[in-house]
Amino acid sequence: MRVLPSGSSALLVELDDLDAVLGFTAALLDRALPGVADVVPAARTVLVVTDGDPAGVRADLERLPWRPGRRGSGERVELPVHYDGADLAAVAELLGTDPDGLVAAHAGREWTVAFCGFAPGFGYCTPDTDPWDVPRLTSPRTRVPAGAVGLAGGFTGVYPRESPGGWQLVGRTDVAVFDLARDPAALLRPGVRVRFVPC
Amino acid sequence: MLTVLAPGPLTTVQDRGRPGLGGIGVGRSGAADRASAALANRLVGDDVSAAVLECTLGGLVVRAETDLLAVTTGARCPGSPVHCAPGLLRAGTVLDLGTPPSGLRTYLAVRGGVDVAPVLGSRSTDVLSGLGPAPLRAGDVLPVGAPSGRLPGVDVAPVADPPAGPLTVRLLPGPRADWLTAAALRLLGSAPWTVTADSNRVGLRLAGPALERRVSGELPSEGLVRGALQVPPSGAPVLFLADAPVTGGYPVAGYVADDDVDRCAQLRPGQELRLRS
Repeated sequence: MRVLPSGSSALLVELDDLDAVLGFTAALLDRALPGVADVVPAARTVLVVTDGDPAGVRADLERLPWRPGRRGSGERVELPVHYDGADLAAVAELLGTDPDGLVAAHAGREWTVAFCGFAPGFGYCTPDTDPWDVPRLTSPRTRVPAGAVGLAGGFTGVYPRESPGGWQLVGRTDVAVFDLARDPAALLRPGVRVRFVPC
Repeated sequence: MLTVLAPGPLTTVQDRGRPGLGGIGVGRSGAADRASAALANRLVGDDVSAAVLECTLGGLVVRAETDLLAVTTGARCPGSPVHCAPGLLRAGTVLDLGTPPSGLRTYLAVRGGVDVAPVLGSRSTDVLSGLGPAPLRAGDVLPVGAPSGRLPGVDVAPVADPPAGPLTVRLLPGPRADWLTAAALRLLGSAPWTVTADSNRVGLRLAGPALERRVSGELPSEGLVRGALQVPPSGAPVLFLADAPVTGGYPVAGYVADDDVDRCAQLRPGQELRLRS
């Protein structure tokens, strides 16, 4: 773990891999360290935004007990999915299976939201075992509907609103993963465990 | 109540933004020049969290529908009788902001604050994510809330206008300074940078010498906040402002000190910026 400077108010914690990000983020969110205003995990880093005293928070970060990996506990979310995505057959073939096999594998594993990015409420979900490596579309779609369930790299995610997008689409959910009228607005927050249920 | 007769090039509602939501991919947003917005609120006796109007390059015309205590701060527009000097706008009075001779953003505060519906705890328009109220349009009627503090009893705040000439700000270390060559890092902190026309609330695009990268690989996206100086492969840095993305995929080689980001938010296209460590 390396703690890198990020201006007047933030620190960037660089970690070895996504498992370390999951573990470090979980420890930070559990602990609620004084002076920490925001915790922004990403693929290899966790940005810690402070109230204005990064030096004070830095010492606490370096003493924070944590271990790599998912948390056993943590909130669980089930998302019903219609597995009728435009790329379902192509992705299945790429992974050496058929659509039924891909659906069984996608719905059969537990995913954890590692971090959010791309758009508010877009959670990058990582599987508990054997991540796939799915390439993004060479030419992104100009319009992906809200609720579309996609795969890219080792992640799966749900488009929170209509937007352009390059993830390969395997299905869709009717659940609003980001809803400004709900508290919390984002269902897929870092650390949340997700299961996709065929419907 | 306040009626918008003309919004100018861009006027948005802004407050202190949405801190603490980066984890769900929501950026902070808020007034681009926080110090000027906070000053405006203090001068009308409101809490610094009250919402104000952020007017870009003048052009905002509003009519007071009730008697309102109002003030403008930031870029000084001709036509504002209340610049840094709070005064009463009687019902029916029209405030017509001209183009400021220097600076870019003018803040209009009315006592009680602009009381549009908050989104995720803030009334700020985030032009990147689209969260918050839409930019103002002619005909919009803005409710005014209840005062959130005591009047300060200040007639005039002696604040310097934003400079029309070069601006020098403090450069702090960024997490990926080592992605630049030593020569490029020196250039970042010594060359004159020119603000280009494709700048907005998200960030300032800076023109100057190309910054050569020592590491050419790709960086997985990582978190950043306003003040970040990101260096894309083109070598032309971007200084992120209020509506910065939550994460970025190019190395952040340095940061502008947070207080100084307010001053950068007053820079106009063509103006010169120098970064000094």
